[in-house]
Amino acid sequence: MTEPLIRVRELRKTYRVAKRPPGLAAAARALFHREVTDVHAVAGVSFEVGRGERVGFLGPNGAGKTTTLKMLSGLLHPTSGTCEVLGFTPQARDRAFLKQITLVMGNKQQLLWDLPPAETFEMNRAIYEIPRPQYKKTLAELSELLDLGDLVNKPTRQLSLGERMKCELCAALLHLPKVLFLDEPTIGLDVSLQATVRSFIRAYNERYEATVLLTSHYMDDVAALCPRVVVIDHGVLIFDGRLEALVQRVRPEKRLTVKLSRPVERRELEAIGEVVEHEPSRAVLQVKNSALQASVARMTTLPLVDLTVEDPPLEDVMRDLFEKNRLETATGTP
Amino acid sequence: MNGDVAASARAFPALLRTGFADAVAYRAEFLVWVLTTNMPLVMLALWNAVARDAPVGNWSGEGFVAYYLGALIVRLVTSAWVAWEMTFEIRQGVMPTRLLRPLNPLVHYAAENLAALPLRALVSLPVAAILLYTVGRAQLTQDPVLLAVFALSLAGAWLLTFLAMATIGSLAMLVQSAVSLVEVWFGLFSVLSGYLVPLDLLPKWLAAIAAWLPFQLLLSFPVRTLLGRISRADALGLLGLQAAYVAAFFLLLTVVWREGTRRYSAFGG
Repeated sequence: MTEPLIRVRELRKTYRVAKRPPGLAAAARALFHREVTDVHAVAGVSFEVGRGERVGFLGPNGAGKTTTLKMLSGLLHPTSGTCEVLGFTPQARDRAFLKQITLVMGNKQQLLWDLPPAETFEMNRAIYEIPRPQYKKTLAELSELLDLGDLVNKPTRQLSLGERMKCELCAALLHLPKVLFLDEPTIGLDVSLQATVRSFIRAYNERYEATVLLTSHYMDDVAALCPRVVVIDHGVLIFDGRLEALVQRVRPEKRLTVKLSRPVERRELEAIGEVVEHEPSRAVLQVKNSALQASVARMTTLPLVDLTVEDPPLEDVMRDLFEKNRLETATGTP
Repeated sequence: MNGDVAASARAFPALLRTGFADAVAYRAEFLVWVLTTNMPLVMLALWNAVARDAPVGNWSGEGFVAYYLGALIVRLVTSAWVAWEMTFEIRQGVMPTRLLRPLNPLVHYAAENLAALPLRALVSLPVAAILLYTVGRAQLTQDPVLLAVFALSLAGAWLLTFLAMATIGSLAMLVQSAVSLVEVWFGLFSVLSGYLVPLDLLPKWLAAIAAWLPFQLLLSFPVRTLLGRISRADALGLLGLQAAYVAAFFLLLTVVWREGTRRYSAFGG
C-alpha cells in the first residue's frame, strides 16, 4: 500500500437508543421512565487506505458502514478509538480538511431543489473558494465525463433521478477532493447509468489519484471498481484484502457456463460438477478450483458450442460470508 | 478562526445571490408568509375603533395606526424562520450536507435569511409610504439621532431574532424537535414585545418584567424610536441592552451549536 491517507484504529460508535414497547400504557410509562439501550453500530474497527486506492466498504444493512463513513467525514464523533484522514482528525471539522474530502450519499442531495444545478455549482465555488479559472476547467472536465450537457440549466426538481445523481457527483467533486466517501452512489439508477457512474468514478480516481472508499449493495459496482474490499458485519471487521482473495476464501470454486449443440442428460453433467442450471441448449456447473482442470477436460466429451469459466457471483460470495460469520458468532467458533 | 471569518465573508455575496434566487423561486410560499404577519393590521383595526371616542392611555386613533403600521414594517424586516428550517433539516437528515461544507452552516442560514430581505422590503416599503401618507410626518420622529438609533435597532432586532431562532433550532440536535420551543418563544413574543398591545398598556407589573426581557428589543423598541415616543437617552440605553442581549445569545448559540454537533447522530443513512 502507498502512504496511508486514512487510518482507523479500534473505532467505535455506540448510540443510546430509547426503547419503548408499543401501546398506550407503554407510552404513558415512557413519560416518567425512559428505558435506553446501547446499540454498538461500530464495535472496534481498524484499517488503513492508501493514496489513490479504490476500496469497497461492504456489509449487510445495519453493519455500520454509513456510521463509519460519517465518522471519517467528521459528521459523527467516535465513542472511542481514533481515525485520521489526510492527517486530520475528522470530527474537528477543520476547513482545510473539509476542502479536501467529499461524501456522496445516494439517498441524500445537496442540489438546491428549485434552482438549476448551475446555481449549486456556483455556490460551491464560493464556499470552497475555487479560483475562477480552475472552476471553469474542472466544470468543463466533469461535465464532459458525466455528459451533463444542458442539464445544469434545468431546475433540479425537473431532473430525473439519474440526471440528478450525475449533477450531485459534479457538485460534490468541483473542489477536486483527494478523498471520496461514496455511500451507495448508484442506488436506484438503471443499469446503463450505473455503468456511467462507475466509469466516471474510475476516471476521476485515475486522473486525480483520489482515494475512494465506496459502499454499495450492487456487487457490480464493487467488481468493476474495487480491487480491495473491507467487509464489516455487526460493527466488526470480518475481511480486509483483495477481492479475489475473498472469493477464493469463501467460495473456492468456478462457474462453468456451457452452450450445447444438442441436449445432454442431467446425470452426464452431474458427473462433472454440481449443476446450477440445466436447459436443453445451456448449462451452468460449479466445480472446486482444485478440480477445474479435470472438469474442463471432461467437458470436451460434450457437444460444446461455447465454454466460459467465471468466479461465482459476488452476491453469493457475500451471502455465504455473512452467513458463515453469523454462524461463527452464534457458536463462538472462529 | 480568523481565517474562517474571512472565508465566510468572501463567500457571503455568492450566498446572498443564491439565497435571493431561491427566495424568488419560493415566491408563492413567501406571499403566504407575508399574509401570516398581518396581525398588526388586525390589532390596528381593533384599537383604532376603541380609541375613536377617546384616547386609550397615551394612544389616539392616529397613534395606533402609526404604531401598528410601524410594527408591521419592523416584523417584515426583522423576522427569521431559521428555527423551523433547522428543525426540519435536522430531523430529515439534511443537516449533514451543510456540515460537510467548509463553511459554518449558521453563516449560510444567515445569508439565506438576509437574501430574502429585498423581497420583504418590497412588501414593507409600500406600507411605509401609506404610513407617511395617512398619519403624516407628525407621528414620526424627525430627530436624526433617533432615526439613526432606529436603523441600528432594526439591524439589532434582526440579529437578536436570528440568534434566538438559531439557538432553538440547534437544540433540535439534542432534543429531536424544537418546534414546541418556537411556539413558546412566539407566545411570549406576542405579549412581551408589544406585537399585540403597546407595552405601556400592559399591567404595570407585566410591563416592568417586559422591560428587562429581550422581546421588547425586537419590536417595541424600534417602533417607539421610529415614532419618537422615547427619549434619546432611553433609546441609547436600550440600544446598549440590545447589544448585550445579542452578545449573550451569540455565546448561548455557540455553546448549544458546539454541543449539538458533537452529539448529533442521524442514525443509519
